[in-house]
This record gives sequence, C-alpha cells and structure tokens, in this order.
Amino acid sequence: MAILEVDQLTKKYGTFKAVDGVSFSVDDGEVFGLLGPNGAGKTTTINMLTGLAWPTSGKVLYFSKDYTYRIKGAQYLMGVVPDESNLYPELSGFENLSFCAALYGLGKRERETRANKLIETFGLIEAKNQKFAEYSRGMKRKLTIAAGIIHKPPMLFLDEPTTGIDVASARQIRQLLAHMNKSGTTIFLTTHYIEEAERLCHRVAFIVAGNIVKIDTVKSLIQPVQEKNVMLFTISNADKAIKERLISAFPHLTLQFLSDEQIRVESAEQVRVGPLVHFMEDQGGEVVEARRIYPSLEEIFVRVTGIEVNAMKREKERLGSSK
Amino acid sequence: MKWWIAFWAILIKDMRAYYLKPPNISWGLIFPFAWTGMFFIKSGDSLADVLSLLPGVAAISILFGTTSMLAVTVTFEKKSHSFERLLLAPIPLELLMLAKTTGAILFGVANAFVPIILAAFFADLSGVSWSVAIPAIVLIAVTSTFLGLFIAVSVSEVFEAQTFSNFFRFPMIFLCGLFFPINQLPFFLRPLSYVLPLTYGADILHGAFNEGNNMSLLSDFTLLLIFCTALFFISLRNIRKRWIM
Repeated sequence: MAILEVDQLTKKYGTFKAVDGVSFSVDDGEVFGLLGPNGAGKTTTINMLTGLAWPTSGKVLYFSKDYTYRIKGAQYLMGVVPDESNLYPELSGFENLSFCAALYGLGKRERETRANKLIETFGLIEAKNQKFAEYSRGMKRKLTIAAGIIHKPPMLFLDEPTTGIDVASARQIRQLLAHMNKSGTTIFLTTHYIEEAERLCHRVAFIVAGNIVKIDTVKSLIQPVQEKNVMLFTISNADKAIKERLISAFPHLTLQFLSDEQIRVESAEQVRVGPLVHFMEDQGGEVVEARRIYPSLEEIFVRVTGIEVNAMKREKERLGSSK
Repeated sequence: MKWWIAFWAILIKDMRAYYLKPPNISWGLIFPFAWTGMFFIKSGDSLADVLSLLPGVAAISILFGTTSMLAVTVTFEKKSHSFERLLLAPIPLELLMLAKTTGAILFGVANAFVPIILAAFFADLSGVSWSVAIPAIVLIAVTSTFLGLFIAVSVSEVFEAQTFSNFFRFPMIFLCGLFFPINQLPFFLRPLSYVLPLTYGADILHGAFNEGNNMSLLSDFTLLLIFCTALFFISLRNIRKRWIM
C-alpha cells in the first residue's frame, strides 16, 4: 500500500523550474531514496511534501488522501530531519526532545519517557543535559533524527542524514535508520552518497535538474551491470595514441577513457588482464593499477545521469563545511 | 491533538530561552527606568507631573520592549532554521504565532508596570481608573507585539528587524500624543498620528490616568482592536507568502 503518492509535482520560482513534474509513490514500510546532485530539486521536493513550500502544481497524497494545499493536516503523520540540524542551541538534548514531543501534543510523562528512551537508543546519555550548542556535529545529527521520530510517525523524511559527519557517527546513523525501518517506519531519504542509498534503500529515484530520470528498485537497477565484467586500469607515461591502438587491438572490449590515466574496460566475458597489461606496457605506458570494479548503484547513477559521483560528493562536502 | 500543550510548550520555551534571560530582564527594567528619569528631568516640574508623563512612559516602554523581542524570537529563529521546526508541527499557523507572540505580550505588560510601580512611590495613583488602564496596557502590548511581528516577518536579518522597527518606533514617540498633544502638532503631521495604533492606546491611558483623553474610549478600544487584527493577519499572510515558499 502506498503511504505517499506524488503526481506531477512542480515547483517554479519565477520562470525557473526547481522541480518539474515529478511523480512517484512510497510504499508502506519501504526505504525510498531520492538521489541527485546539488540543486537537483531534492530539498525542494521534501519541502513540498512536508509543508515548507507550496507546490506550483501537482498532487501530494498521504494514505490516498489529497493533502496538496493542506499539508498541515498530514504533518502528524511525518517526522522531518532537515539537512541542517535545527534544534534549539540554548536547550539541552533532553529539553529539545521534550519540546519537540510537546509540539505534537504529547503529555509531560509521555514526553519524558520517550525522550529518555531515544537518548539511550541514540547513545547520548552522557550528553543528555548538555546544551545542544555544545554537541558535536554527529551528536547534533543523532539528536535531530531523534527529534524527528519522537512522536512515532509512520513516515520519516531525512534530507542528507550523514553529510558532514564523522564516519563512525554516519555508520551508527545508518544502523539506526535500518533498525527504525525494520520496526515499521517508512523512510524517505535524500542523499548524494550513492553507496549509502544502495545500502539502505529498497527503491531509488535519480533526480537531475528537477526531473526524475530513473526510478526502480536497487536490485533491478544493478542487475544489468551485474552481468558485466568491468576493470579499471590506471596507467602513467601513456602515449596519446594509445587510445586508438587499444580500440583497434581489442575490438571485443568496450573501452572508456575516463582521464589521461584511467581506462575503464567492460566486457560480457571475463576480462583477461595479462594481454591488456602487456599491450599497454609495449606501447610505453606503465600500468600502475588494474582492479576489478564490482557492480554498484554508483555505476548506474553515472550512466543514467552523466554526473561524476566524486565531484558531486566534493561539492556537497564543500557546501556542508561552509554551513 | 492537544494544541494547548504545543502552545504552552512554545511559550515556556521562549520565556526560558529569551525573555527571562538576564540581559532581557535588565533591558525590561532599565529601559523604562531611563525613559522615566529622562522625562522627569526634562519637565523639571514638581512630582505632580508624574501622572501626566506616566501614560507616555508606560506606552513607550511597551512599544520598545515588545518590538525588540520579536526580532529575536522570530527573525533570529527563522535565520537559524529552528522556526522551520515549528512550521513542521501539526498546529495551525494562527495558534503557532499566538504562542510565539504571547511571551512578548507578557514582556510588554511587565515593562509597562516598571514606570507605574516607580511612580507609585512619588505620586498618588488612587485616582487612576485601573479597569480602563489595565485592558489598555494589555491591548497596547498586543498591538505593539503584532507590529513587531509584522516587522519581523518582513525582513530576513535581525539587524534589519531592529532598523525597520526604529522606522516605526521613533516617529511614534512624537506623533502618537505620548508626550506632545496631537492638536499641538503641525497640521500636516496630524493625519499621520491617526494611522498609528499607539495614538489610540496613549489616548486611553491619558484618560485612565488623568482623564485627558481626546476621543471616546469605545472608539479608542475599537480602533486598537482593528489594528491588532489587521497586523496579525497581514503578518500571517506574509509568513505564508515569504516563509512557506
């Protein structure tokens, strides 16, 4: 059963279309990922689904009921974790959670019980009475997620949940999200970490320039590349003409020259490394590395969107650190 | 959904986070005290003048207290994104903004009583009509708060809110009949006085403190209520238009 249905949702700022007629649905109990580079329309989409932005056109349905222009009525169904932690710096972790629970009408005893439980679950007991302003980035993120689920919403929206935090905290957050999903919470996630989406999501949509260019289950998306063998060669001192020579010498292979030093080799058969290395070295190149690339969602993302994933990560992290 | 729990939580949070902080308490005390001292020194007359100055000092204390606080509780929270947390809560925007402004209203009322309590030591306040003065003080606090809200949602930065507030506040000191009777103003300025809500609040207070009102109390109260309602709903419209984009 679909918990959320989005039909032709569009957001215009003047003549600029930030989101251009996106349609998708999120099933009860699934983790749905919206992946795309900066400015693709991920946050604008979340804002329209949660009541922080008015759609220009289109429809938003929760549990088959139209809430497009009255999202207020559906806000009790959702928890929202924005890309920037937005709790109150002058309140302690416990006070912040208790306050957020009160916004959903929970009584004092219930608020305190839930806040204590979440503080324990998220490993923040020692920082319980510490001011939010004094929390580390990872702790802030955890508390913000806790604040998003304190009223036990059936659906949780997470905008870039692990951006700009340390590896250990990010790992812990991913584990918590997986656990929450197992306990029945439907999760809508935006991220630019493709491997995070691959690990957490059941289905993903790729969004580029406000348009959804691909939407499917992670399994179905990876299937075509799983049947292929891919190797990545890193060479130095290569002659410029090596590209043409390689293409004519190995016509049965699909060669992609990622840079002057990197060559991606793809084949339906097992790629034989020896002849390739010998050929490259005979041509005066020095093979620094040859490694097998395992099929991943990242492969598909790059193929479908034409966007280089590392550049996308660097850009996001640069923006994240300047916040 | 128990909305009163959310309303109360927002009010208490704002009180603790902003209004009951030492700098704001001292502002709430020092500011009215300074106004009181300044006007008494300027008048240089006997203590009998206290009653004629008190309505103006009380009104101006409310105006400055409330409008200053809204720039912090609303504009600052919008800037730091914590206001979005409130917008995401399933409570009507009207109730949310009433909760956000109630703290400022109470702060304004408390500010008004600083000069009144001070005056009680120097003047006989037994002739004051408290049944008129207290509702007037509350209504002035509500109107000033909603004026502050209107300003706070019209700008993006805290400093802009403070600057924009002064654009309204300082002319009001001179144009609303707080200390200078409106009928003694140059004739071309008088129409301006009547489009400022504080004119009506000050008139009620002059009536309550020394029967010096120029208009009927009913029309003063009615006009103040109209200003309150208009400012509140214009502010809500601006929030929906500017902040829920």
